[in-house]
Amino acid sequence: MIIQQRRRKFLKQSAGLSAAAAAGTFGFQGIAGAQAAPIKVGVLHPVTGFVAYSGQLCRFGAQLAIDEINAAGGIKSMGGAKLEAVLGDAQSKPEVGVSEVEKMNEAGVSAIVGSYASAICLATTQAAAKYDIPHLVDVGVADQIVERGLKNTFRFGPGYKVITEAAINDLHIMNTLARKPAKTVMVIHEESLFGTGTANLLASQLPGMGYQVLEVVKHANPTRDFSNIVLRMKALNPDIVIPANYYNEYVLLVRTMKQQNVRPMAIYSVLGGAASSFKFVKELPDVANGVIDCNHWYDPKDKRAIALRRKVEKINQFFTYEVYLNYQSVYLLADAIERAGSAKREAIIDALASSSWNKHFMPYGPTRFVNGQNQGAQPLVLQVLKGDIRVVLPNSYAESEPVFPWKA
Amino acid sequence: MLELSILFPSILNGLTTGAVYALIALGLTLIYGVLHIINFAHGAVLMIALYGVFFLNAKLGLDPYAALPVMVPGMFALGYALQRFVIGRASHGKDENILLATLGLTLVLENFALYAWRSDTRTIETPYTFSTVDVAGAMISTPKVVAFFGALAATAILLAFIARSDLGRAIRAVARERQGAKLVGIDVEHVFAMSFGIGLACLGAAACFLLPAYYVNPQVGNGFVLIAFTIVVLGGMGSFAGALLGGFIIGVVESVGGLWLGESLGQIGIFVIFIAILLFRPQGIFGART
Amino acid sequence: MKTLYAILVLCGAVALLPAFVSSGVVLNLVIMTLYATLLGQAWNILAGFGGQYSFGHAAFFGTGAYASAALQVHFGVNAWLCLPFAIVCGAAVGALVGALSFRYGLRGSYFALVTLAFAEVFRILANSVKFTGGGVGLLVPLKSSALDFQFQGKAGFLYVILALTLAGFLLSWWLKHSRYGAWLTAVRDNEDSAAALGVDVFRVKLQAIVISAGLTAAGGAFYVQYFQYIDPHLAYGPAVSVEALLGPIVGGLGTVFGPLLGAAALKLLGELTRNLMGDAPGVSLMIYGAVLIAMVTFLPRGIGGLFQRLAAKAP
Repeated sequence: MIIQQRRRKFLKQSAGLSAAAAAGTFGFQGIAGAQAAPIKVGVLHPVTGFVAYSGQLCRFGAQLAIDEINAAGGIKSMGGAKLEAVLGDAQSKPEVGVSEVEKMNEAGVSAIVGSYASAICLATTQAAAKYDIPHLVDVGVADQIVERGLKNTFRFGPGYKVITEAAINDLHIMNTLARKPAKTVMVIHEESLFGTGTANLLASQLPGMGYQVLEVVKHANPTRDFSNIVLRMKALNPDIVIPANYYNEYVLLVRTMKQQNVRPMAIYSVLGGAASSFKFVKELPDVANGVIDCNHWYDPKDKRAIALRRKVEKINQFFTYEVYLNYQSVYLLADAIERAGSAKREAIIDALASSSWNKHFMPYGPTRFVNGQNQGAQPLVLQVLKGDIRVVLPNSYAESEPVFPWKA
Repeated sequence: MLELSILFPSILNGLTTGAVYALIALGLTLIYGVLHIINFAHGAVLMIALYGVFFLNAKLGLDPYAALPVMVPGMFALGYALQRFVIGRASHGKDENILLATLGLTLVLENFALYAWRSDTRTIETPYTFSTVDVAGAMISTPKVVAFFGALAATAILLAFIARSDLGRAIRAVARERQGAKLVGIDVEHVFAMSFGIGLACLGAAACFLLPAYYVNPQVGNGFVLIAFTIVVLGGMGSFAGALLGGFIIGVVESVGGLWLGESLGQIGIFVIFIAILLFRPQGIFGART
Repeated sequence: MKTLYAILVLCGAVALLPAFVSSGVVLNLVIMTLYATLLGQAWNILAGFGGQYSFGHAAFFGTGAYASAALQVHFGVNAWLCLPFAIVCGAAVGALVGALSFRYGLRGSYFALVTLAFAEVFRILANSVKFTGGGVGLLVPLKSSALDFQFQGKAGFLYVILALTLAGFLLSWWLKHSRYGAWLTAVRDNEDSAAALGVDVFRVKLQAIVISAGLTAAGGAFYVQYFQYIDPHLAYGPAVSVEALLGPIVGGLGTVFGPLLGAAALKLLGELTRNLMGDAPGVSLMIYGAVLIAMVTFLPRGIGGLFQRLAAKAP
């Protein structure tokens, strides 16, 4: 009895889903004078579970872009076709991300934007590749994401190798500008993919540039207490402390440092979890002041960025990289669809691969994808000064001079 | 790496961190000792309590320590209700059902918090957030020193209560011999609910002592559950003094282990102790050998 | 015998599925349900039949996953060959955990907690050791060929997981009808009486945990092939241990079909709640948790227990 029920249920489900998919992909294009069929875009992020905070910001950024594009008339080359978001929740787990990709595939999405966390991105890009769905990686900084030879994967922003190398170079520039007072560093990183990868790169490249890496401290996620790490810091007295971890641990670390009166010449983080976060600056101004971070950031002089930031802050949201990386990934996608003049997956992949889109406000130059990685992508170095986050390096984008060494 | 100048403050840090762990474990050990429930929802309830302290501070400007008289009775009421109307009903006295029920409760609580209060991390600022106490040259964070004495006080209160009060006697009776207690007329369901309530009240106190030096978000409880279990087993299930001592031991082991093996690998010390205690002395330090 | 036919017919029906169904969503759902069933079957052997409730089955899962992934990444071993190796590694960990726990007479909650601790120890070690890739994890290279245990479509994966669950079913059926199974359930029902009757309690329990661990490790190896990435949290985190025990408890402990019923029911519940309340973060999981509590309250012996009650009532 059970067996037959299961079979019946599956057949019914599959019939229903197949019908929906057929209706989706064939659509109703070409009916003269009628509204052009919407183009479905999968918006896949971990909006629940461990990284829900970031996932929700990502979804917000993507949705914002979709709404704007539609309000401005949709995809002109396709008769004003509007973008339709197909929302997915990866629940902070790769398996769930994969099943969402399956659903999006059957819903007939032309592309997917997501999935924030590297581990989830690895799984979703692979799953999407099986159906040749173009997948724009919004944040996920692991370099492996674009090193697997998947034709469907495109990442607008930089990976952690590029970010870390830029961080090291800019650190050296900053130190040199101040006549090289700093000679020793201490790296504090979280234990998973992002932190470990970043720390490995730092440890291998910094000595070559004349810095002594006093210690590399790996800590768990979550870490409940940083007193001991700060104790070690006190004893070692590094000139520069380099954290690479997530928001919660970052906050605990810098708070403990302030409490124990540990004042290095700089706290210079790489992809610092809290460092370039307006929330951090707003809620913990005492500890945030002076902190330096090498992170995703927008071109501070670009008018569109300033306008968007104002718009976002007006509705009481923080203008974080999760928001604007997703926002721009959607615009990049829209540009590709516009140039392809088609919602077909292969056409969009080709359009992205040959893309040289410049209407963004990141410090990247026109997009140029090699193996799915946007070549011009780079981070910027920021510092919290007078309650605001300002770009301090490289010079071409700087709003302020870096204050280094920091005198508390 | 183990120079005295670092070792001494590190041990003190371990003791104060352990004190907070002990506060969390106090509730868990009572719940286990009396109801024989492994309460997987303990971390999620701690999270709810932390939100309670946070909102009392954010909306009413109440200092976390001043919030104690609100949090403790409030959490007690929550615990009583949860046991009486949810967990007690769901368990039918079977271990695996209680496990499922507390797991389900964790899901409900964590996602309720996510839905109601969003996922971002909240912190509070108090006048003493950055102050330290000088203990023989080591600078120990003030909130943690307060937590240390708070844990001592809470343990003392609980010990006195269990030994001297009628309810305490009833609890001891039910913990030792459930059927017998029923036979002599003790309302076992009521005792269960009271015990659960007291257990969660301890979490309320723990939250007041923890938040000044920490933060809250819907997932924050997960980081404490395993440690709390380790302490309960180490100290002896049902023993308050054991939870206190166990908390200190685990705190110091974590601290020194972190110094010696690195913060990530150092965590292993906690679980090695956990396994060793379970294998060689499962009744814990103060438990009676059954 | 009836059970055996049912197993074979069920597996046969599922095997035919790819011929009728091309929907990736449905096939993925079936694969993940069978995967959850496999984990549940393995857990059920030790807990449902053996009465030893483990909270740390992730220790075996992760070992199987890492064994398979590490061999492929570091030594280029063919993925199919990694499967038996993963099973052996998992079984070895099972033997270690079992030998220690049972030798020192751990039962009930104490046994549950010690398995939890072992899983955590493995997780911390995996985070720190180069062989497992430390915190970065291991990415199994894409090969997309059946010879490399990676399939272009879903059908291949479906057959593999089906074969593994079939093994699980047969093992469970065997436990219900064999002498060993009788010893095992005797130990579950009353360890002391069983010992008095001459059952070698230690050996019986040890064998159960070894079988359970090996089967779980096979699940781990399958996971690595299907998702191609493993890290300490995915391998040894509590999520796997919870997934292993939810199905059998909901579906009915110590039964052949319990893990399948439970896994299917939970997956469907998850899909339903997500579809109904998809967009507001957290609401669907709240409902899921509430339904779990309700299930436990009103179906204390699981879904299997419900069927048994109904069958008993039928004239």
